[in-house]
Amino acid sequence: MRYNEPSPLEVRVISQRFDLPNSASIDTYLANEGYVAIKKALDMTPEAIIEELKRSSLRGRGGAGFPTGMKWSFVPRNTGKPTYVICNSDESEPGTCKDRLLMENDPHQLIEGMMIAAWTIKSNKGYIFIRGEYRYLIEIVDRAIAEAYERGYLGKNLFGSGWDFDLYTHTGAGAYECGEESALLESLEGRRGVPRLKPPFPAVVGAFQSPTILNNCETFASVPVIIRNGGIWFAELGTPRNGGTRLVCVSGHVNKPGVYELPMGFPVMRLINEVCGGMRNGKKLKAVIPGGSSAPVLRAEECENLPYDYDSLAKLKTMAGSGGLVVLDEDTDIVAVALRTIKFYAHESCGWCIPCREGTTWLKKILTRFHEGGGQKSDIDLIGDLADNMLGRTFCALGDAAAMPTTGFITKFRDEFEAYLKKSQTTAPVPELVNI
Amino acid sequence: MADPVKFMVDGQHLQAPAGTLLINAAKEAGIAIPAFCYYDGISLQAACRMCLVEVEKTPKLQVACTLPVAEGMVVHTDSPQVRKARKGTLEFLLTNHPLDCPVCDKGGECELQDMVFRYGAGESRYRETKLHVDEKQWSPIVFYDAPRCILCYRCVRICGEGLGVAALGIGNRGAAAEIVPNKGDHLECDECGACIDICPVGALTSGTYRYKTRPWEMEHVGTICTHCSDGCKTTLGVRNGDIMRANNRDRSGVNDEFLCVKGRYAFDFNENPDRLTAPLVRTNGELKPVSWAIALATVAKKFSEVKAKGGTFGVIGSNHTSNEENYLLQKFARQVLGTSNIDHHRTGDVATLLDALSGRTNALAATADLYTTKAALVVDSDLAQEHPFLAYQLRANWRHHKARVYAVTPGPVREDNYGTGVRAEPGREFEALDGLRSKLAAEPELLILFGAAVKGEAIRQLVAFGDSLGIPVKYVCLVDYSNSRGASDMGVLPDLLPGYHHVSEAGLEPGMNCDQILSAPNLDVLWVVGANPLARQPLAAANAFVVVNEMFLSTETARRADVVFPAMSAYEKNGTVTNVCGDVQKLTKGAKTMGTKSDLDIIALLAKEMRADLGATTPEQVFEEIRTAVPGYQKLPFGVIETGGAAATSPLNGRVQFDPRPELIRPAGNTLFTSGTLGRFSPMLNSVIESPGALYHDPHHRPFIEKGSGQIVTVQDK
Repeated sequence: MRYNEPSPLEVRVISQRFDLPNSASIDTYLANEGYVAIKKALDMTPEAIIEELKRSSLRGRGGAGFPTGMKWSFVPRNTGKPTYVICNSDESEPGTCKDRLLMENDPHQLIEGMMIAAWTIKSNKGYIFIRGEYRYLIEIVDRAIAEAYERGYLGKNLFGSGWDFDLYTHTGAGAYECGEESALLESLEGRRGVPRLKPPFPAVVGAFQSPTILNNCETFASVPVIIRNGGIWFAELGTPRNGGTRLVCVSGHVNKPGVYELPMGFPVMRLINEVCGGMRNGKKLKAVIPGGSSAPVLRAEECENLPYDYDSLAKLKTMAGSGGLVVLDEDTDIVAVALRTIKFYAHESCGWCIPCREGTTWLKKILTRFHEGGGQKSDIDLIGDLADNMLGRTFCALGDAAAMPTTGFITKFRDEFEAYLKKSQTTAPVPELVNI
Repeated sequence: MADPVKFMVDGQHLQAPAGTLLINAAKEAGIAIPAFCYYDGISLQAACRMCLVEVEKTPKLQVACTLPVAEGMVVHTDSPQVRKARKGTLEFLLTNHPLDCPVCDKGGECELQDMVFRYGAGESRYRETKLHVDEKQWSPIVFYDAPRCILCYRCVRICGEGLGVAALGIGNRGAAAEIVPNKGDHLECDECGACIDICPVGALTSGTYRYKTRPWEMEHVGTICTHCSDGCKTTLGVRNGDIMRANNRDRSGVNDEFLCVKGRYAFDFNENPDRLTAPLVRTNGELKPVSWAIALATVAKKFSEVKAKGGTFGVIGSNHTSNEENYLLQKFARQVLGTSNIDHHRTGDVATLLDALSGRTNALAATADLYTTKAALVVDSDLAQEHPFLAYQLRANWRHHKARVYAVTPGPVREDNYGTGVRAEPGREFEALDGLRSKLAAEPELLILFGAAVKGEAIRQLVAFGDSLGIPVKYVCLVDYSNSRGASDMGVLPDLLPGYHHVSEAGLEPGMNCDQILSAPNLDVLWVVGANPLARQPLAAANAFVVVNEMFLSTETARRADVVFPAMSAYEKNGTVTNVCGDVQKLTKGAKTMGTKSDLDIIALLAKEMRADLGATTPEQVFEEIRTAVPGYQKLPFGVIETGGAAATSPLNGRVQFDPRPELIRPAGNTLFTSGTLGRFSPMLNSVIESPGALYHDPHHRPFIEKGSGQIVTVQDK
């Protein structure tokens, strides 16, 4: 089911079946161009498939935005080892809720995307790593996999090609860190979910020490339509180097929060005002967190004429990340948002490396004190310096994910932090935490 | 090898082989890059972020411990950015650290203290509350204080990778992450303490050392462990003559990092309350303390009388005393007492191996060979129990050099986990070996270690098997105690002189062996030096005068004595010992126990009392005599041994004429937590045996395959 009304401004490509009755069933999928792409792919060489992906400008939807075709091309061939295809559905970034819809409403699209990846590297085994909290989705995906086996879309000698492909679900145990691809692999292999040393990257040494394609759920879900309609067609839906559409998850102070499929480069202000029905209660926009909670915040004025794509956001030193867009109105207490954000990262830091483990907790403690009215002027610079001591120095990107937004809040809204010091001296009531 | 890579660190032009990690390449050039989690010989973690350096043309700081040097790389290890990063990391580390340095065992030798001193900030900006977790005891040995822990995971890695035990893991996450035992609340492990010694801070402390002393109050004395025959270097921390701790943090011995529970913690026998501090002479049926003068005179008088009337002497030497003491003892027996009735508890058939290999060169393995050989075969020994260092070293060779290890044993052994394990019923080892023949023959070389079950003719059969492989083969005859090999080499045997020459060469007849001495009804004098033979067999001669050199009164043999000389332990004297592989190393006096004397002094004083001239009687002089006179020990490099090194002996000097008595080869049967009679006097070993985590306290080594079952099974084939 959908949790929000669709918008007429959406371009429904990977969400095209979401509103069909029984959209998760294989019959619905087959009746709507399902498993057409894999049959087409079986007649294509790996090089041709990768070329099509490169033409599509599809970039990873998990957060980093790495070009998918290029990622697949890094997988070495004929190493004598098995190869694996792994879907990262450990969707845990606050503000992000798109992979769940893809799995809930159209699991066969994901399966087909993974099959195309598997065929490209002649892999015989795939895993869908699903966030532990998404219990109900495991049933849906498992049912879809069972259907695919029944109809001969998974298993041995697929379509008479002599190629076998088995697909399994695997659940995380509730750690955000397992969304980091190498920590996901550790968890998948039965170990503690901590990141691995890179290089080697998973493309070369991934699951079970073997070459692996590891992509986000939405990335895989975008593959069948690219193979079906061609890379150029997909690329032209978006802006240059930012191909296709993307599921944007809008939360916060808008009238119609929800997940909307929009072409890359869709203007942020139109997204808020037209797609999401404008600001809630007619309030003014204060800030936007554009790509999940780890993306540095944007002030309202920075969002004017801002296209929502990887490159435009990168120019503003923030990111499209996982597509989770949090809209904050004029009443929002930025200190509380900063605290809520760092609380999450302190809770989720795996503890592997020192700057992340200790830095997130320290920041949380300072911000808690600050928020409770015990802040000091020197704290603001201290917060900035601690975030700077974490940024780029941690083992994996979780440390950056905690440091970047923190830096963003105190540089873009330093005035609010300073005002807080005065307010706290007058023992103003402690504002409630914002749920994002 | 490919051309070296040229790069620059802090303005110095350097080069190193391709693949060298930057941290090591810099260290070679004398540039220290600080690190906590990086540790030579175990896997890379890149977790502490202390070794971040600036590499030109790279946007972010780079981790020097995982970064291989590259051609043209320009590195700055002391730029403002790097200094800030180090300062920041240390500041982070100290946020939840209790800063209880004044009462911490590690204070003064703590890597965190040193790092903060060198690279840290003078004051902290942290003013929040610290996390606190109570200290935990995981075993009689291991205590863990989580707040002090910096989570470098060295302990987890040395236990899992180095030992192959994997008793430690990581629990919780984020700032609450901590090291945890993998078995609930206690350790099930070797209790070796490698985790404690490798800990850079005071998070892991030992039950034997904690809160006893400050590191700077001790003197550090490198000597050789007195338990098993592996000859590990152990550095004693001595305060006012008492041993406070033992470790090998300087990695100076043959054993590199390694020590087992005995080497690290079973020094505590040394201050057992049962320790003798005055000579005892039996008067009116009771052993009473007397002066050294009286005790020596009593024994000298008795020895002289018995010698004068042509009576029968029996001398039983030790597996723990030094080469010098063993040499002087047999010299005393043969020259002063005029007897060849001398023997010791034999734990391996060294003489037969030397005879079987006579005329060869390079057929005996030195300790260092275990780490370099391409392939090794273990026959009938549970190395991890009986020779923990040899087990560690084979595993290290597999870890670092991919050596292939084969084990043919009756029970499961640790080598199964990474090598090829074959279970063979006792007595059917050779059938199992035949099954491995083609694999072994395909190896470029082989090192065979065999236990006491292979003795007499079986050794010759094993050498024939080795010859049939058509590849270079080296052998180690496993003996069990700290100087078992030295006792054999020094001629504490009834038919062999030092260096395995037959007694007839000295115009003597072969004497009685150990069993014959104990069962001879007409024995007049039994002199036992540092052994406990009566624990196994009673003394037949009811009227024999028994003299015992011993540390403790409560051994079966000391209790039967007429005179007991209080002897020094190996940790209290100078000398040399020879390990299982025939490497000679130096004992250095560390501790002191008032009233005791070394066995060397006791032998020399008795000779003096009997007006006999033994010649050289100081450890240094006797060692010189050994170096001059004992075949196999000739030309031992004095400098190497004097400076704490290990020098291999070469006792292959032609056929060995002797009376092979395989029934006298009796393995000690020690586990990791037992050490013959000596082990009884270590409270720590006893507490480990009684602790719930002690996995290996079954002294019987129950074999996996019983005798008579007729089975040969390959359990692991790698």
